[in-house]
Amino acid sequence: MPKGTVVIDRERCKGCGLCLALCPEDVLAYSADYNQSGYNVVYMERPERCIGCAFCAQTCPDIAIEVYREKKSQQRE
Amino acid sequence: MTGNEAMAEAAICAGCRAYFGYPITPQNEILEYMATRMPGVGGAFIQAESEVAAINMCYGASAAGVRTMTSSSSPGISLKMEGISYLAGADLPCVIINVARGGPGLGNISPAQGDYFQATKGGGHGDYRMIVLGPATIAEAIEMVMLAFDLADKYRVPVMILSDGMLGQMMEPITLPEPVDPASLPGKPWALTGARGRHPNVVTSYAIDPGDLSQINTKRQSRYHQIEEKEVRYRETETSDATIVIVAYGTVARIARTAVRMARSQGIKLGMMQPITLWPFPYAPLRTLSSRVNTILTVEMSAGQMIEDVRLAVADRAETPFYGEVGGLVTTPKDILREVKRNVS
Amino acid sequence: MSVNMDNMVKVFERPRSLTDAQFSYCPGCHHGLVTRIIAHTIDELGIQDRAVIVASVGCSVTMYEWFRCDGIQAAHGRACAVATGIKRVNSNLIVFTYQGDGDLAAIGTAESIHAANRGENITVIFINNQIYGMTGGQMAPTTLLGQRATSCPDGRNAQLAGYPIRFAEVIAQLDAPVYVTRQALYDQKRIMAASRAIKKAFQCQIDGKGYSLVEILTNCPTNWRMSPVESNSYVMNQVVGTFPLGDLVDRG
Repeated sequence: MPKGTVVIDRERCKGCGLCLALCPEDVLAYSADYNQSGYNVVYMERPERCIGCAFCAQTCPDIAIEVYREKKSQQRE
Repeated sequence: MTGNEAMAEAAICAGCRAYFGYPITPQNEILEYMATRMPGVGGAFIQAESEVAAINMCYGASAAGVRTMTSSSSPGISLKMEGISYLAGADLPCVIINVARGGPGLGNISPAQGDYFQATKGGGHGDYRMIVLGPATIAEAIEMVMLAFDLADKYRVPVMILSDGMLGQMMEPITLPEPVDPASLPGKPWALTGARGRHPNVVTSYAIDPGDLSQINTKRQSRYHQIEEKEVRYRETETSDATIVIVAYGTVARIARTAVRMARSQGIKLGMMQPITLWPFPYAPLRTLSSRVNTILTVEMSAGQMIEDVRLAVADRAETPFYGEVGGLVTTPKDILREVKRNVS
Repeated sequence: MSVNMDNMVKVFERPRSLTDAQFSYCPGCHHGLVTRIIAHTIDELGIQDRAVIVASVGCSVTMYEWFRCDGIQAAHGRACAVATGIKRVNSNLIVFTYQGDGDLAAIGTAESIHAANRGENITVIFINNQIYGMTGGQMAPTTLLGQRATSCPDGRNAQLAGYPIRFAEVIAQLDAPVYVTRQALYDQKRIMAASRAIKKAFQCQIDGKGYSLVEILTNCPTNWRMSPVESNSYVMNQVVGTFPLGDLVDRG
């Protein structure tokens, strides 16, 4: 169970790459997908490594990323 | 009370609670008067760092829904032209007093009327109009300041009082109007008061899509047409049997009244038509007047600016000679009478 | 590997004080980031119904469209005067300007300095990306020596165009300002510091303490002709050298 996950708003993402650079766990990458504006959309290539630190969302200039983190009680040991 | 102080007090009577100015002769008394009076009525007063800053402070205060005024003189008014265009473009009411002086450039501080074009033909950029009122006496100036605030709010336009150094500096006994309580004024739902329980208000003149801007401008132009239909004001003196009529505004109108009396005493059928609203200009009344008068003599303290509007109204129905004084020279009743005699056929 | 969402809690979301409008900024432009930080600050401080945005002229010209707050468009360079006019007639409003380097430190120098010198109780957000973005990349008063721009194609030459102006330091010389700081956004630490600074500036105003200025070193990938990620390292390695970060005045 990953500690966190993100949801990327496909249409807001402009493929600027700032989130890729800032993600400490190298979770994100460019997908093969393009949105209506023609931007190459980012996705979670390695979702299992996401720790829900929200660095990506904090640096996203288009606020395209929502971040979720595992509830405390559910976390193993 | 000087004309300047009277206009400042009239503004406060009209419920003006924000004044931003800058020193420039011959209107400093307005700034100084407001410096002492405005805090006393709980209003905002700033001597700004420039006329440009002052007009933009007005833009902000007016957008916040408060009756706002600034004043300056010719060179300072030139600096405010961009701001006036923005006021017009954002549909914001504001009263601007120009105590005009000799120009162009630094010119001098004598009374002059060389700012007519700038005031009535739009000194700023874009399709906008500004109501321009031309008082000839301090009593008229007081009345017009009150009127200016009402018209500005009614039509959401900038309104200018175009007076000059003479009117500003002279003294006359006056009676002050009943002060208006700002709280009693009609509400301004469009004002910036904080988007509590309502959609946000935006005050802007920006519209990147030409279609949008065209629509906004067209709506505003229809308001201007309403003003042209309903708000024209002028005064006629002894024109019913006149064969020659002077057209003059402001200080020159005051001087010309004496010339009319002198002419009448010498059996010359001289009358006078004094535009009060320089925009909207009284074309229609002047046109009817020109059909029963042979000569319409325009007199200005300038090289001839209002003359163009007179000729627009009169066309070839009557002679339209011009007599002007430039450089800040003030005409006299005798000068005017001499010109009248020269043009009496 | 499906993620069981129901035991996940949302820890980061879009600020409430923003509309759903999409930003018109170029990909990777920090304007959107500063807008988010301001919006999150407005949410945290609960001032959405008291805030008034004074937008300047530049890439952020329609900034008020992003917010659920009252907004006004100021002429180029005049935002501080407009903000002054608003605040002076209604001190209950939380008034902030959002200006670029050309708007604040070139054409609007007088308005910017005198609003600070009068100690107007407003917050000035100063976006310093050393270039005129909207108009296509001309030199700004903060353009670095040797930095290329369309109006200094061979790089800024001090003999012809003087030196980059350190505006926060200019304002810091005045007695009235209460909080003056310079921040940046090129990494997570900077973003958090900038967020704290912006919140502190707004708190200054809410508490009625007086004038606050937050200068933020931002990027312009398009006119700098580099990728957003490269622009971040450019700010870190080049720009900060001329524009040191940190609080310059803190009388709050």
